[in-house]
Amino acid sequence: MTVSPPLYLDHAATTPLRPAARAALERGFVLWANPSSPHVAGRKARAALEDARARIKGALGWDGEVVFTAGASEAIELTLTRCVMPLVAVSATEHEAVLRHAGEAARLTVDADGLVDPAVCALSGLVAVQQVNNETGTIQPLAAVARSVHAAGGLLLADCAQSAGKLVLPEADFIAISAHKFGGPIGVGALLVRDFGLLRASGGQERGYRSGTENLPGAMAMAAALEEGWDWLETAVTLRDRLDSAVTAAGGESLCRDTARVPSIAAYRMPGRSAATQLIRFDAMGIAVSAGSACSSGSLKTSHVLAAIGYPHSDEVVRVSIGRETSAADIDRFIAAWHEVAR
Amino acid sequence: MIYLDYQATTPLAPEARDAMLPWLGGADGDGYANPHSAHRPGRAAAAAVEVARDQVAALMPPGGRVIFTSGATEAINLAIFGTMRRSGSTFAATTIEHAAVLDCAQAIAATNVVSAIPVDREGLVDPECDLAGSLALLAVMHVNNEIGTIQPVARLAERVHARGALVLCDAVQGWGKLPLPGGCDMIAVSAHKLYGPKGIGALWIRDGIPLDPLIHGGGQQGGLRSGTLSPALCAGFGVAARLAGECADADPAHAERLAAIVRAELADWTLNGSETARWPGNLNLRRDGLDVARLMSDLRGVAFSAGSACASGSGRPSHVLRAIGLSAAQANSSIRLGFGRYSTEDSVRRAAQAIAAAAAAQD
Repeated sequence: MTVSPPLYLDHAATTPLRPAARAALERGFVLWANPSSPHVAGRKARAALEDARARIKGALGWDGEVVFTAGASEAIELTLTRCVMPLVAVSATEHEAVLRHAGEAARLTVDADGLVDPAVCALSGLVAVQQVNNETGTIQPLAAVARSVHAAGGLLLADCAQSAGKLVLPEADFIAISAHKFGGPIGVGALLVRDFGLLRASGGQERGYRSGTENLPGAMAMAAALEEGWDWLETAVTLRDRLDSAVTAAGGESLCRDTARVPSIAAYRMPGRSAATQLIRFDAMGIAVSAGSACSSGSLKTSHVLAAIGYPHSDEVVRVSIGRETSAADIDRFIAAWHEVAR
Repeated sequence: MIYLDYQATTPLAPEARDAMLPWLGGADGDGYANPHSAHRPGRAAAAAVEVARDQVAALMPPGGRVIFTSGATEAINLAIFGTMRRSGSTFAATTIEHAAVLDCAQAIAATNVVSAIPVDREGLVDPECDLAGSLALLAVMHVNNEIGTIQPVARLAERVHARGALVLCDAVQGWGKLPLPGGCDMIAVSAHKLYGPKGIGALWIRDGIPLDPLIHGGGQQGGLRSGTLSPALCAGFGVAARLAGECADADPAHAERLAAIVRAELADWTLNGSETARWPGNLNLRRDGLDVARLMSDLRGVAFSAGSACASGSGRPSHVLRAIGLSAAQANSSIRLGFGRYSTEDSVRRAAQAIAAAAAAQD
């Protein structure tokens, strides 16, 4: 039996490290002193950390504060535990990192395309609405949501793990990002805070907003990855549209197809084939896709996202996510595999 | 530059760095998958994470599990917030714990009783010290980060267990360098203090201890710590732990030799902390009337510190040095010298001589 070369179409779970990010990591390994140390080596590390912070702000067009964290989950945890306002509402399709912290906060329902109604976000507390859904790629109307939240005197937390480096960031008060979703390394992320007055300090590093020795190589690599830009998304749109057409022509369904989606994520239903069956078949062909998010994979529980949009066939849906390196030939190979699994 | 600040961080071991590289692959390789993905590259990444977990666990007591975190600070937060659920119970910590423990204590003080356990002039806790009846958790560090003192953790643990309470040991400075004390229920460690990468650490938890998670989300690591794990950081950490096991005899012997060199060169300086119960890779020394800021600016080629890196720049005298009874003036005339695996005898001697000369020039 010939083993096909691996085809990775799970870039929403994590995407390969960019060569520039890898080079930055290697430079960071050399600057191994503790950035909080007062000696020359420590100050050099500190300068590199602050340079990375400034470059991240520049690349994202963010003029607020940047607090480095271990990833988006920690950035979200930091916001939900230390925001000056209590969490009052979350969209029903948020990542588990938000939902599991949400307690009694109201769940904002979404329509069949996965969109929240900005009008119901007019609340005077902390409201959490992600920019892009990690399972369907749906883009929330965050400009309108932010206006609505702010008009009511509330604050907006936008989980931008899937959108940072791919879309212009929203006018949110708190933004959580994760480097490994845009070509940086796993293990580093950031919380963007509009103003430190919105967050209670906890002491320690990062000007008192996050304790623990900073992951300097990670921060440097995150900056390098963000500076790679998003020109590739133009190609991704073409590839995704080609996938959409091929899948629907072959009797499949493309979820949330008529709403604004990030071009890198698509969810497809293959009628009559369970997601588990599809995954096993694709995996055997060397193709990596997923059923919902990576975090919950293996659990085989029903996707809360697809349940929230009222999709009746959620157990037949797999997520295909495209990266910077994905080619037209890759997409054609996936389409051929799709036909084979569906047969 | 001669680096004498091994308590702040240690150089990345070349072996640990090499172990990370396969997991820092770009699109041309397959070492980038999410270890929580079910597909083939995901499973390979998960296998690397589990190999690393076993390597870290090999330096831990039997009968527990290793939870990877972003570092020791997060591990300590997870241990304290994860077990101090019942409000009104007592959390005790020694007065020379790291800020990570003391800041947690401050945070839970609103709903819990917080008890401070003093140390003597050598920086040692009395193992027969008073323990509150309502004690739920005691935090005691293995090796102090500023003065290198080794605490009598095992005896304290016996007494804490007799009360049905738990022991959290901040083992950041001693783990992989000295045998761990017995009786710990939770152990917090950090990779970058043991020649591993920054951005990863671990909490070891004895089996059967219920723990509430701190970071919620995708439910990774049995739901105890959500967040995508980095196979690269895990692999670097694992190899650093493996190396520490291999160097279990050589590393302490090397540190002993270096300490003897420094003590000989700085013979008229006073050691802060215990002469005997100590990790030799740390020497906290004072010289009356020393202007530490001037010493540091005179010796730009030697990297050392005046206390913990975290607190540096604050201008406050060290809480550890105050706790062992030093005056503010004595605390402010103390320096911390730390060395380890990659320090050479020659460089350490030259640095100590330079420090001695610069200090003498202040007289």
